[in-house]
Amino acid sequence: MSEVLQPGLPRVLGVVALGGIVGSLARYGLAAAIPHAEGGFPWATFLTNVTGCLAIGVLFARLRPQSHPLLRPFLGTGVLGGFTTFSTYAVDTEKLVHVQTHAHLVVAFVYFFGTVAAALLAATLGEWLGRRR
Amino acid sequence: MNVLLVALGAAIGAPLRFIVDKHLVARLLQTTGQQVPLPWGTFTVNVVGSFVLGLMTGVTDQNWTLLIGVGFCGAFTTYSTFAAETTALASSGHRAKALLTVLLNLGIGLLAAVFGAALTK
Repeated sequence: MSEVLQPGLPRVLGVVALGGIVGSLARYGLAAAIPHAEGGFPWATFLTNVTGCLAIGVLFARLRPQSHPLLRPFLGTGVLGGFTTFSTYAVDTEKLVHVQTHAHLVVAFVYFFGTVAAALLAATLGEWLGRRR
Repeated sequence: MNVLLVALGAAIGAPLRFIVDKHLVARLLQTTGQQVPLPWGTFTVNVVGSFVLGLMTGVTDQNWTLLIGVGFCGAFTTYSTFAAETTALASSGHRAKALLTVLLNLGIGLLAAVFGAALTK
């Protein structure tokens, strides 16, 4: 009889931290590669969040009870949790609103609601892709 | 140096998110006995992280921005788990709860960022 060993909290926290570092550095690299001017559309964070949501959809659809117990904490909580960000999304929106010209308010509105729409769609699409085959 | 600061912030932010979600908030929810609770853990980290990053808009030191802003706040908050929890609620028939999750995260999360930024001005 095989027994699934549940990893202890220190090991889980360790892989979450490791994954978080990997995901955050990827986010940092993408933000450096696609800088946005003040008042411009924050493309880097938008792309980060939408692709991260697509990936978590695929991951959750692919995880099985027999998957390695550290896979979800490492990839889901760590890498993708660290890659995507809510705080930058909220503060970038606040900054756009704060510029207070008409055009920037439109960008803020499109960014704020466009991100959530694209993210939810991406997560759903990811789940669908992950369930195929 | 920049990379190390981001990595250090993330190494604290990501595990702390896990602890807040799985241990603090999950324990509180157990006492309410709700069958399908809202994802309060993710909501909590997103609101707190947005508030802290709002505060960071008043910080001009690049090193603190990388450590606390990009590293810690970026890893402490999450969009992917928020999206996955929302679609899971919606696809399991809890559409009202899914909608409420979106409204709470976006509404209170943005308010927290605005409030944090306002405090520094």
